[in-house]
Amino acid sequence: MEQLIIAAIITIIIGFFSVYALTPIVIKALEKRNVTVIDVNKKEKTMVARPGGLSIIVGIISSLIALYFFFPIAEILAIAITTGLAFLVGIIDDRKTMGGWFKPLALAFCAVPIILLGAYDSNLDFPLFGSVKIPMLYLALVIFMIPITGNTFNSIDVLNGVVSGVSTIAGFALSISLFILQNYEIAIACLLLAFVSLAFYRYHKFPSKIFPGDSGALVFGAMYGAIAIVGHVEVIAAVIILPAVINSFLFLSSVKKVVEHRQIKNPISHTEDWKLRSTLENHAPITLVRLLVARKPLSEKQICTEIFKLAIFSGILGIITACLMGVELS
Amino acid sequence: MNTSVFAFIFTMWVLILVGGGFLVLFIGPISFVGTTDINPMLNSIIKVIIALILIFFWVLILTKIKNWIFQKQIKS
Repeated sequence: MEQLIIAAIITIIIGFFSVYALTPIVIKALEKRNVTVIDVNKKEKTMVARPGGLSIIVGIISSLIALYFFFPIAEILAIAITTGLAFLVGIIDDRKTMGGWFKPLALAFCAVPIILLGAYDSNLDFPLFGSVKIPMLYLALVIFMIPITGNTFNSIDVLNGVVSGVSTIAGFALSISLFILQNYEIAIACLLLAFVSLAFYRYHKFPSKIFPGDSGALVFGAMYGAIAIVGHVEVIAAVIILPAVINSFLFLSSVKKVVEHRQIKNPISHTEDWKLRSTLENHAPITLVRLLVARKPLSEKQICTEIFKLAIFSGILGIITACLMGVELS
Repeated sequence: MNTSVFAFIFTMWVLILVGGGFLVLFIGPISFVGTTDINPMLNSIIKVIIALILIFFWVLILTKIKNWIFQKQIKS
C-alpha cells in the first residue's frame, strides 16, 4: 500500500506540473507563430492559441513512464502507446482537416497495442447480473472503444473549458470506481488523467487562453477508453461520460451520418447580449448545447456550469454502478 | 436546472443496467449447439444479431425521448 501511495504522489506531481508549466510555453510559441483561431463565442472575436495537445501528451507520457517504473505491467504500457498514437492522429487532424471517417478509422488502429500486449480481459462485467464471456466480440469492442471515446470527447470540445473540465470530472469518478473495485495500478493511471486534465483546465477554462484541438481532445478520449478496457470497467466508464455520449448520440441521430463536426450547420446562434440560443434552422443537428439552450438563451459560462453539473451527476451514477458490481441478484 | 436532461441521463443509466441484465441472464446462456447441428460461430452470430436488435430498440426509445425533451424545451 505504501508503494502505491508513493507511486501515486510522484506520478501525479510529474503529470500535473509538467502540463501546468509547459502549457504557457506552448501558448506563447503558438501565438508567436500565429497558430491561433477565433473564439467564435466571444463578442470581441478573440484569437486563441490552438492546439494544446503537445503539453497534455508530454504530461501524460512522462507520468505514465514514471508509473511504469513502479509497476512494469503491460496495461500501463498499453495505455501509454494507445494515447501516444491518438495524439499523432489528432495532430494530423489539427494540421489538415480530414474527412469524417479519418478519425474513427485511425483511432481504431490506436487500439491495436492493447490487443497485441494482451492487456484486456474478454469478460464484460455488468452490475447486479454478473458477466458475459465474449472472446470474439470483445476484440471488436476493443477496436471500437477508442474511436468512440476519442470522438465522444472531441465532440464536446465546443465551449471554453468543457472537454478538459469533463475529462477532469470523469477521470476522478472513474479512478474512485477503480479504487472501489481494488484495481489500484489502473486507478492511479486514471488519477493521472484527472490531474493532467485539471492542469490544462487552468488555461482552457472561460475565457480560454488555449484550445486543446483534436490532438488534446483525442488524447483525453483515447486515454479514457484505454483505461476503461485495461481496467475492465467498460460499463462504468460509459455511464460516467453519459453527457458526452448523449451529445454524440443527439448529433448522430440528427445528422444520421459520420461527418467532421466542423462541416455541419452551427446548431446555436447568438443573441444581442452575446448569449447562446438554439438556432431557428430546422436542419441543424440537436446537440447537448442546443438542448440546454432550447428553453432560454444562456451565457457560455452558464452552459459550461450546466454541463459540469451533468458530468458530476453521471460521475455519481458511475460510482454507484461500481458499488453495484460486487452485488449479484440471485 | 435542466431537470429533463438529468432525467434523460438517468433513463440511459437504467437502460444500460436493464440491457446488461438481459444480456447476462437471457442472451449469454442461449445455446443452439446441441439441440441442432449449428456451428458455435453461427451460434455467436445469432446472439450478436439479437443484441443488435436490442440496441436498435434502445436507440429508438432514446430518440423518442430526445425529440420529446427538445419539443418540450422549445414550447416552454
